[in-house]
Amino acid sequence: MPINFDKKGIVSKILTFSCVDGPGNRLVIFLQGCNYDCITCHNPHTINHCDDCGDCVVSCPTEALSLKINKVTWDESRCTGCDKCIEVCPNKSNPKTTIYSVRQLIELITKHHHFLNGITVSGGEATLQLGFVLELFKAVKASKELAQLSCFIDSNGSLSETGWYKLLPYIDGAMIDLKAWQDATHLWLTARGNHRVIQSINLLALSDKLHEVRLLYIPDKTDLLSEIDAVSKYLSMLPQQVNIRLNAFQHHGVIGDALMWDKCSEEQMQQFSSELTKRLGREVLVPSIYT
Amino acid sequence: MMSQARLYSIITDSNLSAKQKSHYLALEAEASLPYLAIDEKAQQAIDAGILCDMFEGHAPFKPRYVLPDYAKFLSQGSQYLELDAATNFDEALNLLTILYHHVPSVTSIPVYLGQLDTVLMPYIGDLNEQQIYQKIKLFWIMLDRTLPDAFMHVNIGPTDNIICRTILRVDAELKQIAPNLTFMYDVQVTPDDLLRQATDNICVCSKPHIANYPIHAETFDHTGFGIVSCYNSLPLAGGANTLVRMNLKEIAKKAQSKADFIETVLPEYCAIMFDLIDARSCFLHEESNFFKGFLTTEGLIDESRFAPMFGIYGMAEAVNVLMEKENINAQYGHDDISNQLGHAISKKLAEIVAATDVKYGYKGKALLHAQGGISLDKDVTPGVRIPYGTEPDPVTYVQANAPHHQYYSSGISDILTIDETVKTNPLAMFNLAKGTLQLGYREFTANVASNDLVRVTGYMVKLSDIATFDAQGSRTNTTFLGAEAAKNTGILDRKPRVAALETTPSYAN
Repeated sequence: MPINFDKKGIVSKILTFSCVDGPGNRLVIFLQGCNYDCITCHNPHTINHCDDCGDCVVSCPTEALSLKINKVTWDESRCTGCDKCIEVCPNKSNPKTTIYSVRQLIELITKHHHFLNGITVSGGEATLQLGFVLELFKAVKASKELAQLSCFIDSNGSLSETGWYKLLPYIDGAMIDLKAWQDATHLWLTARGNHRVIQSINLLALSDKLHEVRLLYIPDKTDLLSEIDAVSKYLSMLPQQVNIRLNAFQHHGVIGDALMWDKCSEEQMQQFSSELTKRLGREVLVPSIYT
Repeated sequence: MMSQARLYSIITDSNLSAKQKSHYLALEAEASLPYLAIDEKAQQAIDAGILCDMFEGHAPFKPRYVLPDYAKFLSQGSQYLELDAATNFDEALNLLTILYHHVPSVTSIPVYLGQLDTVLMPYIGDLNEQQIYQKIKLFWIMLDRTLPDAFMHVNIGPTDNIICRTILRVDAELKQIAPNLTFMYDVQVTPDDLLRQATDNICVCSKPHIANYPIHAETFDHTGFGIVSCYNSLPLAGGANTLVRMNLKEIAKKAQSKADFIETVLPEYCAIMFDLIDARSCFLHEESNFFKGFLTTEGLIDESRFAPMFGIYGMAEAVNVLMEKENINAQYGHDDISNQLGHAISKKLAEIVAATDVKYGYKGKALLHAQGGISLDKDVTPGVRIPYGTEPDPVTYVQANAPHHQYYSSGISDILTIDETVKTNPLAMFNLAKGTLQLGYREFTANVASNDLVRVTGYMVKLSDIATFDAQGSRTNTTFLGAEAAKNTGILDRKPRVAALETTPSYAN
């Protein structure tokens, strides 16, 4: 199995300690770029790639950003992490991305592997950099030291079946968002239909690689409650070991119109989860924190 | 100073129980004696806040920490207490209950209750799981209600056995502040699912503390060791005769440079501290007659197994002060160059302690200890910890501090604070504990951000108790320490809450 250790990915952030991105403690690699444009996005600065417009450069209070030969350049040592650049970006992007090779990431993972159950690639939408993810997972599986780490992917489910077939031999689990039931609602929320999402969930479930399906509950906006009978019927066909996780819409990181929407309260979440568990006949995971 | 007004205010305090009042009155009486005859330099260092005797008293008449050999006690009974050897589980629990009331410590309540699974396993006979559970549960409730002090410490593990499992089960169910609990982990002996039960418990109640058994075992001889109070590792059938600590921050301020600190100033203050240690332990061993009591004559403790603890704190500030003197812009816990200086200081301290004879020590020596701070400390960080509010993520924290752990033979309390999201994913706590121990941490201690029951250096307090203490007082002796710390140090403002102080058992009003 040849591995291209020089394959490069555009990374927006890496967390070396996360207990909310799959089983156990995980090193999480957030990849820049998403093909959805969700009204409710909590990380809108991960949607687009930087187009070097330079608008952020003047906003930086510590001159960590500069324009060099028409390229926005970020000097990490000067950055205080104030995120002013993300605030002013007209392009839902982020000048603070880093290009990593597979080799560099393997070094980082090796440094942390004693503490890890596995790694998770997230986004943005991780599958947009499928080639990079493939080489990374292959390299983990081929390393004697790292082979016991599980490789997970957190995805919006838009990847084609062909794409999933390439990934299947190297992933241990996937977590997929199901943001709305009706195609039209999904289109309104994310700018894409959900046909591919359903297809991805089905394929992953059949291949025994589906770890979790996540439902984002936005009271009065999504159709997950009004369509609860259909949603439950669909979810109940999934294998019992698949986690059904409910996320409550909150305002953290959100920009634009969705900031005017009500947050999902603990009571509203309880109502939704009890309707769902009643129909599913099994437990679902609910958030532990509401802001 | 003792004054009638002060005694009167203790006697009439509406928040203290009669027993708590008696304890404070006794402390005042001891404090009315002149301080031990000590060197002038030692006195100056105490007055300047460089050395601290932990308020152990002017005339120490009991060791700071006592670790009786409970297994021996159960197998032989006691002439002095007119008790026969235990022959079954009920008798064993009964004997322990009695002896606990005769084991002194600096807090007047025993800080060590024994390696209870090893101690009790010979007595389980044909009891079934449910019977053992019921008996342990009542025993646990008794301990919390009659000896309400969170410095009181039970040890279990590293082997898998029914007592160990049952104690973990009961402890998670009851979520009491007492007793404190240490689980010994040995990668060669402890099954993963037992460690998993322990780390699941941490997510529920911030207990147990996990000790890296092989590292501790190697430090002490075959008679063994115990973990007591705020994670002090000490010889079994012995203990600590005294704990004196030095404020590395204040010492660093007196140095011209990094080299001056390590080569000259630090050794000078170490020598002064050894004088103070000798003065304190000499009084205990030679004047107080403590070692003529039945614990010694019946062989439950051995005078030669008591050692002074050589405590240090303020490593973070010391390193930052020295970096500033060297004109290097680097921060403790975050930059390699600072971390390496910290490790070098720990190494130097360990060398000094290993090379210096004390009058009453374990194999003639003191034991180095990274001290967890006391409630009166301001702007100085406990032990070698990374300062509050500036801690990096737990894994980076562990990697920065792991090299310190080899040097602190009598314990090092690094407390990791974990976001409450870990509660829905306890496997992450397991991964963290395992990685931490694998990296050579002597002990793993974690606080989960939203747990009501949290650690303050090493003992447990309920946050809900702190909130009501000022108004009503508390049934437990350690809550006031948490309350005082909350006022003095803003510990509750910390990002996730962890307090860091050790006892100052003197009347605080």
